[in-house]
Amino acid sequence: MDGIIKVLYDMSASMILPTTAAFAIAAIGLNVHFGFTGLLNMGQAGFMLIGAYGFAISIGAGLPFWAAFLIAVLAGIAFALLLGIPTLKLRGDYLAIVTIAAAEIVRMIGRASVLNDVTGGSNGLPGENFRNPFSDLSFFGDGQTTLLWFTFDNTGVNGWWSRAVTWLMVLVFALLVWLLMRSPWGRVIKSIREDEDAVRSLGKSVFSFKMQALVVGGVLGSIGGVMYILPTSLQPDSMGRNMTFLIWTAMLLGGAATIFGPILGTLVFFATRIFVQGGMRLFVPDEILNTQQTEQFSWIVVGVALMLLVIFRPQGMIGNKKELNFNV
Amino acid sequence: MVNQPVLAQTRWKWSRTLVVAIVGMLIAAFWTLSQPANSFAAETTGPCVADSATGCFNGTIKGVGAGVKIVISGNGAEVIAVTDADGKWNAAVTTAGTYTLTLDEATLPAGVTMKSEATQTRDITLGFNKGAVFTVNGGTDGGESSTDGDTGSGTETAATGFNWDRLAQQSVSGLRLGLLLALASIGLSLIYGTTGLSNFAHAEQVTLGGLLAFTFSNVMGINIFLTTAIVVVLTGFTGWIQDVIIWKPLRKKGLSLTQLLIVTIGLALALQYAFQIFYGARTLRIVLANPETVTFGPVTLTIESLWAMGVSIVVIAAVGYFLTRTRTGRATRAVSDNPALASASGIDVDRIIRLVWIMSAALAGLSGVMLGLVLNGISWQTGMQLLLLMFSAVTLGGLGTAFGALVGSLVIGMTVELSNMVLPGDFKYATALLLLIIILLVRPQGLFGRKERIG
Repeated sequence: MDGIIKVLYDMSASMILPTTAAFAIAAIGLNVHFGFTGLLNMGQAGFMLIGAYGFAISIGAGLPFWAAFLIAVLAGIAFALLLGIPTLKLRGDYLAIVTIAAAEIVRMIGRASVLNDVTGGSNGLPGENFRNPFSDLSFFGDGQTTLLWFTFDNTGVNGWWSRAVTWLMVLVFALLVWLLMRSPWGRVIKSIREDEDAVRSLGKSVFSFKMQALVVGGVLGSIGGVMYILPTSLQPDSMGRNMTFLIWTAMLLGGAATIFGPILGTLVFFATRIFVQGGMRLFVPDEILNTQQTEQFSWIVVGVALMLLVIFRPQGMIGNKKELNFNV
Repeated sequence: MVNQPVLAQTRWKWSRTLVVAIVGMLIAAFWTLSQPANSFAAETTGPCVADSATGCFNGTIKGVGAGVKIVISGNGAEVIAVTDADGKWNAAVTTAGTYTLTLDEATLPAGVTMKSEATQTRDITLGFNKGAVFTVNGGTDGGESSTDGDTGSGTETAATGFNWDRLAQQSVSGLRLGLLLALASIGLSLIYGTTGLSNFAHAEQVTLGGLLAFTFSNVMGINIFLTTAIVVVLTGFTGWIQDVIIWKPLRKKGLSLTQLLIVTIGLALALQYAFQIFYGARTLRIVLANPETVTFGPVTLTIESLWAMGVSIVVIAAVGYFLTRTRTGRATRAVSDNPALASASGIDVDRIIRLVWIMSAALAGLSGVMLGLVLNGISWQTGMQLLLLMFSAVTLGGLGTAFGALVGSLVIGMTVELSNMVLPGDFKYATALLLLIIILLVRPQGLFGRKERIG
């Protein structure tokens, strides 16, 4: 019984983690790319990583929080432009291959030992290097607070402050995307997804609109990256290809081309993983699968879930099949 | 069946020119290999004395001085070696097998960075010394490290900086990587050509080949040639079963290509972790004997590498013959050109696609075995690390063209190994990926692709 309660606690705790929120922000960004514009971005983790490096290195150079945050955003914009120029005129699967390659390039450069002094090489940068300016902004004070069944520090490394800020950001960005998508700009974006040629015949520059969408989603990715490393540390190898695939799974799970889909998907995704892992630990004896193997098993579940989802329910939990365009 | 390979005819010329070009390149490579010159190989004993119960790892890191730590781990043991004032280090282990040597980069003096990989894998036999070479940039002697007798008998004694000997060695390594990549990427390209699918799970077929080879050769002790044959049959079977239970039903269900692409990503993810559950995260050796090397002039290669290159060339030539000279092969290219038209002219498209899946999976499996032999070990991520290189190769040659994939692979293999001469080892894959992006900027259809494919 205790074990079950612990799994339930872990599940609920994982749903309010700041890293979960950071994931949701990146998923919202990916949704702007894929869900609304129909761009097959397979390098969202690269956007996160470049934002994270931009932020962490700037703080390390002594810049104040806001300047560093701005640099992270600018880094995301620059990366989007760099990626968009060669690929947005090509067919979708080229964009997929180029974005995944570019994300890997960022990771490989970041972990190169030549840049050890700047990026920390393959060890990355520890959280203490860049966390303090963010914690200093907190007006939550010291001590601990209990809300529902959660007790956390108000400001500490992994406390209420980072939870409040990141989840507030999630809501703000969701609102922003909602406003954008019902604006004339959003209607053009969605019609590019539906029929590029029709949009072109109306005299709109498809390339330019796609680029703008790539920038918007990419900036959200970079911000997600910054928020992701704040409570933890910057580890280039943990922000590789698989992270992109997880963001995709989360977004498709909730429902692409919806406002709340990516957020819902992220929540369910993390809770389910903890559920699978915790449940296996409880009920499957160690001789069959040890702790490490239960974690690996939970990743197999993620992979199979992604396959089944795309085959049988591409619109996800709350999506609308008509709003999806998989024919990029 | 096609009596008149109308669609294929235009590309015949290309394929012929290519076959000639490739044969030329190979002849040139073997000529280079057979040039006589004095060999170099050195073996010394460090303060660690190797005896029947001890094996010694040793080496010298030039220009770093004392205090640099190297962690040697594997076979349940972990030994830490520290360099002395001359940069020499050694460590004793008491179990034979494969060890991972990791240079702790945090212990390098300020301003000194790694030039070689910071993590290397070496095998050791008790009673022997094994050298491992780590090279650095910015050391007190300019970072130049040479094989001067202190560095031991590491099979990859990598000198730094430019010289002709190194150019020759790296070119041959590039050719080797290119050939092995080609084995895998021809399949990737054929699948793309006939079904339009970008198969992200193709790399796992490569890994599967290597891991199965480990099972048969290392665990069950079967002869390596027989193992290779069994693995090719088994992986070919996985290709068949995949098409039967996944890809054909999905094609019939009318899933779009993007959906299928994401399905392959899910499959890749599931397979990677399944490999980890069954085989663990370690690097596994296919053949237990220590690799023997052969020296041709400036180039030193392991016997396994020579075999791998030879087998690749033969198999690639056979695939080329199949595609250009047999009815089924021509039908395959016709499907690749235009499935609807091929179907209308009486080709059984589904049968061809199934054949392509079997062939691709078998080729990938073979590539995995060869990679495992060449890299001296296979792990759950061996294929995954090469996936993007395969995509680069296929895109470079032109998506969907088998001959393009071959040329693309050779170019990518060369790029990876040659960039190593000017750039630190960390950047070698990044260079190849950058090449991919530049190609897309300049010639998006690839070297041998046609414009309509990029739409």
